[in-house]
Amino acid sequence: MNKILEVRNLSKIHGRGCPQCFDTTGPAQDTNICPHCGSVVAAHDVSFDLYAGEILGIMGESGSGKSTVVKTLFFDETPTAGEAVFFDGDAQYELFSLNAAQSRWLRNHRFGMVYQNPHLGLNFNVSAGGNIAERLLMSDIAHYGEIRSRAKALLARTEVLPERMDESPKRFSGGMQQRVQIAKALATRPPLLFLDEVTTGLDLSVQARILDLILEIQQELSTAMIVVTHDLGVIRLLAGRTLVMRYGRVIEAGLTDQILEDPQYAYTQRLVASAL
Amino acid sequence: MNPGYELPLDEAAYSFGFLDEYAKREVRRAILKAVSIPGYQTPYASREMPMGRGFGTGGLQLTLSLIGPGDTLKVIDQGSDDSVNAVNLRHFVELTCPGVDTAERTAEATLIQSRHRIPEAPLTEEQLLVLQVPYPDPLVVVEPSEGKRKIMHGEGDYSRLLTKLYEDIVQFDEITISHRYPTRINGHYVIDPSPIPRYDVPRLHQSRALILFGAGREKRIYAVPPYTVAEPLAFEDVPFRTEDFREEHGNRRACARCGAKDSFLDEIILDGGEKTYQCSDSDYCNQQLAMRSAAVEASA
Amino acid sequence: MGYVAIKGGGRAIEGSHAAVEALRAAEGEAGTPLSLSTIENQLRLLTSRVLSEGGLYHPRLAALAIKQFQGDTLEAAFALRAYRSTKPRLLETPVQDTSRMRLIRRISSAFKGIPGGQLLGPTYDYALRLMRLDLADESSEAFRAVARRFMQGVPDTALPDSFPKVVDALRAEGLLPPLAPRTQEAFDITREPLVFPVPRSAALATMARAETGSLLAIAYSNMRGYGDVHPTIAELRVGYLPVMLPHPVTGEPVEAGEALITECEVVAMYEGNNSDGPPVFTLGCGACFGHNEVKAISMAILDRALQKGMRDGPRNPSEDPEFVLLHVDGVDSMGFASHYKMPHYVTFQSDMDRLRTTQSKAKASAKGVLA
Repeated sequence: MNKILEVRNLSKIHGRGCPQCFDTTGPAQDTNICPHCGSVVAAHDVSFDLYAGEILGIMGESGSGKSTVVKTLFFDETPTAGEAVFFDGDAQYELFSLNAAQSRWLRNHRFGMVYQNPHLGLNFNVSAGGNIAERLLMSDIAHYGEIRSRAKALLARTEVLPERMDESPKRFSGGMQQRVQIAKALATRPPLLFLDEVTTGLDLSVQARILDLILEIQQELSTAMIVVTHDLGVIRLLAGRTLVMRYGRVIEAGLTDQILEDPQYAYTQRLVASAL
Repeated sequence: MNPGYELPLDEAAYSFGFLDEYAKREVRRAILKAVSIPGYQTPYASREMPMGRGFGTGGLQLTLSLIGPGDTLKVIDQGSDDSVNAVNLRHFVELTCPGVDTAERTAEATLIQSRHRIPEAPLTEEQLLVLQVPYPDPLVVVEPSEGKRKIMHGEGDYSRLLTKLYEDIVQFDEITISHRYPTRINGHYVIDPSPIPRYDVPRLHQSRALILFGAGREKRIYAVPPYTVAEPLAFEDVPFRTEDFREEHGNRRACARCGAKDSFLDEIILDGGEKTYQCSDSDYCNQQLAMRSAAVEASA
Repeated sequence: MGYVAIKGGGRAIEGSHAAVEALRAAEGEAGTPLSLSTIENQLRLLTSRVLSEGGLYHPRLAALAIKQFQGDTLEAAFALRAYRSTKPRLLETPVQDTSRMRLIRRISSAFKGIPGGQLLGPTYDYALRLMRLDLADESSEAFRAVARRFMQGVPDTALPDSFPKVVDALRAEGLLPPLAPRTQEAFDITREPLVFPVPRSAALATMARAETGSLLAIAYSNMRGYGDVHPTIAELRVGYLPVMLPHPVTGEPVEAGEALITECEVVAMYEGNNSDGPPVFTLGCGACFGHNEVKAISMAILDRALQKGMRDGPRNPSEDPEFVLLHVDGVDSMGFASHYKMPHYVTFQSDMDRLRTTQSKAKASAKGVLA
């Protein structure tokens, strides 16, 4: 299998930080707030690999640092330390040493992001089709007819009625908004997709259909994905491998089935038990 | 308050071109930078001029920094040399720049300051056109923050502006931008070409004359250097279109005064309610009229 | 059919100038022209406002501008600015020490007693806003007697030349952070354009010559709830500041003159502790030419709001440096509002072209649907 992403020792501190930050936080200390300087250690020493076409789950409760990991990889946040290499065919990118234009180019062309809050991923002042057009226009496609037909096809693929492509996503249901976000994220056929709590807050039936859609897309396009969630059901359905995070640290990593069948840590055991 | 203050000397003490020499030198430096980076909005410390911000103070600072004795200046507003604002600006230059000639003939001018129009007569390499700019940044319609716009320009990221064009076509089957049409200069920076009509935008492309843009209130100077590519933003299959001067049968309207069918027309509502059309460029209109009466005399 | 050209612009302007000049003298035979000293003294707050918004300390020239533009503060400040454009900058004023001000008024709303004492001085703060009809037909004798009476009542005990500053006392007690050393030269807004982010000195300079009403409106939005400065006025002082300039030969600072200024320092509640050391109050500073207390207070509040916005990102308009600094200049804003009166024939022609085209397309497609 081809490696697409390699993350090593990723750390992120909110606040000014101090030499004691890492020693005084984490699952053993039962906190992610440094008692010496008050900084929040959102993530520390996170390492993993991701292979082409694979879905990796990152599970944890809120404040565990799982969203921080994808936000740094998608350049929404700057990490405090660590390295990440993105392998794209013959090219290879050190994500945390790129300049603004290079990282923007990767964001627009090679990565996709679907946020829990559709306001972060969509521009509500333009139509659903316009949202997809914007991403295509970033990749220098300048033919109106082509943009239009590609936007229509993408929305059809994510099961948004083509008749509604010229409406603002403002008027859409939460599930529909997530479908538009997925279509937008896929517009440039990125090899890597980040999904941050995409089904949280949706009705169960809507959740199920969106999860099905994500699986279908992964099979059709072999898109590698990192799925961040607190929902064990999502992990079980989507992720082949899973990281479990708590207070900014990875406490368990491995095949999803293994983690669910035989959780090693008390925290994971509690999580699994409570969901069953 | 403080007694014993003396009033300054009379206007006679104003230096040539009103602005102090340091200010002019600074404007010239900004011009050099603007010419070197076509389409880049060069910030400069715009000075207050004795006419309102928005009345052409940016253009005027360019003109006053460039003009010297021996130059011939033409000032137009809406294409006309005799509109109130053009008269006012010309008068000010006459007052503060002794030795400068003024002209109404486009061909005679070495420097032309204009608001809202580019003259119909093609300009030459020896001429310089200064356009007055109210809003220098074409991205302001999609992004209010100047800090963010600066990054978008730097990265050549105009996707949100293009998305606006896409949305226009979806909604109206047309791009609805009427004037201030966003135009890409030399393949990178997109400029607001000032409120010239779309009719004048193609004149920016490969212009023989240097075209300078001055925004006094917003404190920016930018340039389209001679022989530079200027492309209005559009789609491959939805081309840029200029104003349509055809009547209902599809025939090009002519100027009611000079008969020209190749000029930007002002639509005028007469007292009786009917409409008439005349050249917006008054010098062009006069030249056409003169040529026509010469032709009539020759044939008589 | 006649030629409807934009013609006669020059004549129209001349006529308009004559008409506005006639209105200035419309009082006719009974009128006496305003003297500059009358304006400067009897309309001293108006003169103050024009001085500060014009950004040029020249009270007599400000009085002339007020006379010439018939009391329009925006136009008068504008004329001062344009005059200033013709003058080179000969030197940069070094930092001036406002503790050396010769005060006519200073108050603190933070402490009952302050070193040097409160000095209420000239203010309308506690005046009843009742119309004083006796001023309507004031005789010259009565007018002259006012100052005479006041001077007779002045006690012999001379006021001190200067008063210590309240914020220095707060600093000594550790309630305010110590003065940070100056790390950069002050930003000169007359020589450099604002390119954001801008340093605090650029913000202060911009606000010091801002239009009073604009500054007040944005500061008021913060006071009412679009913001959370909750200021206390540590000190508001009005007086004459000795302006110290380097001597052209020796380089030693010498007093070149004095300028009437208003200075306000507000103390606001402390913020989350982002730096080392114990929490401290935060400070907002406002100062402007002339006697204009509302402007100095508004500026101090906005200074504090902008410091927060520059550090944490703006959460409301008054904390957004771009929003505040690009919209408070009277010359810029009034010029642009006025420019809409100029002809826009060409752009409107373009607007109509777009509307007509889209209208006819809409009609055509409506017909298509029907057919």
